[in-house]
Amino acid sequence: MQNIDIQLSEAPITSIAAEAHVTNEECGGIVTFVGTARKFTKGKEVVRLEFEAYEPMAIKEMNKIAHQILEKFPAKKVAIHHRTGVVNLKDIAVVISVSCPHRAAAFEACQYAIDTLKQTVPIWKKEIFEDGEIWVAAHP
Amino acid sequence: MKLKLKAFGIAKDIIGHRELNIVVPTGSKISDLKKSLIDSYPAFADLASLSFAVEEEYQEDDFSLTENNEVVIIPPVAGG
Repeated sequence: MQNIDIQLSEAPITSIAAEAHVTNEECGGIVTFVGTARKFTKGKEVVRLEFEAYEPMAIKEMNKIAHQILEKFPAKKVAIHHRTGVVNLKDIAVVISVSCPHRAAAFEACQYAIDTLKQTVPIWKKEIFEDGEIWVAAHP
Repeated sequence: MKLKLKAFGIAKDIIGHRELNIVVPTGSKISDLKKSLIDSYPAFADLASLSFAVEEEYQEDDFSLTENNEVVIIPPVAGG
């Protein structure tokens, strides 16, 4: 669907590319969430992140979220781009961009998209430290 | 009946393989598979959640598996 742009790849991603996909003349508000690799987690120093995805299902689940955005909110276009593989500090792991006629719905829809992505999309994040590594969220 | 298991994230570390062929009793459900996996690999019991997918869709505990299903083990996801 032209109103939805889903990407999952090892290539670097940018907010500019996602926003270019959702920009359109019916919309006066675009909200973009950019998730980047953070240096500290619970006081420990992270060296880099590594993402692994069950790709065909991850793309399916990202498409489901995008369709939900178009159904639940007055959104016109959605872009969800996610990295796989190694993501270095400060680099972008995920970009979600949503366009709506007005800003309030765009904020709400973008938040819904990233919250849902973290719950449903089969992508796994490993934090690599100087002295070890951990799969994020694996244990309670 | 034969099943092909696929494991990602910490599930791959627990099993030690990306893919594993196993044999389960005919008529097994996801819940049976989950129990037998935890019996064989107790580390699965320590995870915050343990889900399964067949044909690229999440399946509930009562889903009936069939011969040659490819079952993907989905430990807690952490995208973003």
